[in-house]
Amino acid sequence: MFKQLTVFLENKTGRIEDVTGCLASEKINLHALSIADTADFGILRMVVSDPDKAVAALKEKNFMVKTADVIAVPMGHNPGSLHKVLSNLKELDISIKYMYAFTSRHKEYDSIVILRLHDQEKALEKISGISILGQELLDCLNES
Amino acid sequence: MEKFWNKHVETMNREQIRETQFDKLKALVTNIYTNVPYYRDKMQVLGIYPGDIKTLDDLSSLPFTTKQDLRDTYPFGLFAVPMEQIVRLHASSGTTGKPTVVGYTRRDIEMWEECMARCLAMEGADKSSRVQVSYGYGLFTGGLGAHYGAEKMGAVTIPASSGNTQRQIMMMIDFGVTHLCCTPSYAMNIAEVMQEMGHTKDDFKLISGCFGAEPWSDSMRSEIENRLGLHAYDIYGLSEIMGPSVSHECRYQNGLHIWEDNFIAEITNPDTGLPVKPGESGDLVITTINKEGFPLIRYKTRDICTLNYEPCGCGRTHVRMSKPAGRTDDMLIIRGVNVFPSQIESVLLSISEIQPHYQIIVDRINNSDTLTIEIEIDESIFSDDIKGIEDFQKTAGNKINSVLGINAKIRLVEPKSIPRSEGKAKRVIDRRSLNV
Repeated sequence: MFKQLTVFLENKTGRIEDVTGCLASEKINLHALSIADTADFGILRMVVSDPDKAVAALKEKNFMVKTADVIAVPMGHNPGSLHKVLSNLKELDISIKYMYAFTSRHKEYDSIVILRLHDQEKALEKISGISILGQELLDCLNES
Repeated sequence: MEKFWNKHVETMNREQIRETQFDKLKALVTNIYTNVPYYRDKMQVLGIYPGDIKTLDDLSSLPFTTKQDLRDTYPFGLFAVPMEQIVRLHASSGTTGKPTVVGYTRRDIEMWEECMARCLAMEGADKSSRVQVSYGYGLFTGGLGAHYGAEKMGAVTIPASSGNTQRQIMMMIDFGVTHLCCTPSYAMNIAEVMQEMGHTKDDFKLISGCFGAEPWSDSMRSEIENRLGLHAYDIYGLSEIMGPSVSHECRYQNGLHIWEDNFIAEITNPDTGLPVKPGESGDLVITTINKEGFPLIRYKTRDICTLNYEPCGCGRTHVRMSKPAGRTDDMLIIRGVNVFPSQIESVLLSISEIQPHYQIIVDRINNSDTLTIEIEIDESIFSDDIKGIEDFQKTAGNKINSVLGINAKIRLVEPKSIPRSEGKAKRVIDRRSLNV
């Protein structure tokens, strides 16, 4: 597992730009990002190069920010690879709270899905047949 | 020609009014001293006894009654008759879920009907009229209050209650409604929907409207009159006394006649409690001298107005109060419902571990009052899980609804986004402009 950043955003023009501005000035790199939105607000979820530094910087700017433990599963960058991962989880009766995927320049990890699972601790004990990445992924991405 | 429901009473001279007020006041004070321990204790503390009421002016020696007294005696502590004599209860929302309860005897209901019939007659209604009552029916006093008066008058009374505006308009047209009773904002809503439905005011047979339960401006009056093609009159009342028909405008529309054979009105300085000089504005204080079930002595309405004893062109001799110009407390009137910010605060406290920073925003959108509560999100509410946050919004909305009886939109905002003045957040923003 590793730390994902979770930021509360009101639906207001320029609010995401405020976040990226804050991260840019702290020289924090963004690996992946997704937004879950409702009519009034959104939750910005991000994988960043230095989560602790990012939290401190965003808090400083009065953002409501927390971290959440997520897992990453590397897939091949080819048709059907995500489906394989999801089929595996379905077999094990593991359900997903949310997920988002991204590709990278890294040779080994060129296609990654980030997952937050229901009852994650227990789910992780059940998982077999797929490789799960934690902090080591972040280290690799930061190097490449 | 001026129409009256009870011309003899409505036009009796000032001396007669004062005489009848004095007689009823004396009887009332003896009655409550004997039958309501709470009042008796308050009088004894001040050293006032029924025998001390020797003139009408001695009223000012009696203690005030406040909303707090009503809360302290919940539910029936201020009732002056045995429960067997009570035939109806009305209630309004309270601060912590406990409402204010008012009980009526058969005779109280009859007095209320009479007052309401007088109000409707003042607008030109009579038994040939068709009166649609579009105030909410239920514990709220508006619906049943107006209903019984219209029925007493012998008018065709249509208990439409509130909501389903298209059907309301259909009935108004098809039934040939001549008089409409509702809140002024609902009248505006009817005008909007009427237009959307492709009707014009000429499709109505409306003569007048009896609008109350919330403050409204003269410009709103003109707009309602123009759009619905009727004369719009202000009616005043409060749930603690009997809802609509404590006072009402005559066609001169220069103040609302208070039925002084039933109520004694005073204006006092809200800070000192002392009477103001004649014509000055202050807190309207009402003593109900003709109620059996739930009489009130010197009740502080918290509505700010003036009294005018000058003779009126309509021939009625009963004093006129000006349209209330505000409140001496922080009470808001939203869609006719009385709301205290403290009620909202206590709900928020009950669902959050720490008192969140919040702001109450009242607005009028499409002529309907809206209540939005902005809450600054904090650690205890926020997580990466949208459902958890939405559940909080839902819980807060439901609780507010169950305490206040009206819907509120809960909007979560970012930390420190609600402006603070001297460290304290400004709690209420009322964007409804009454002067525009």
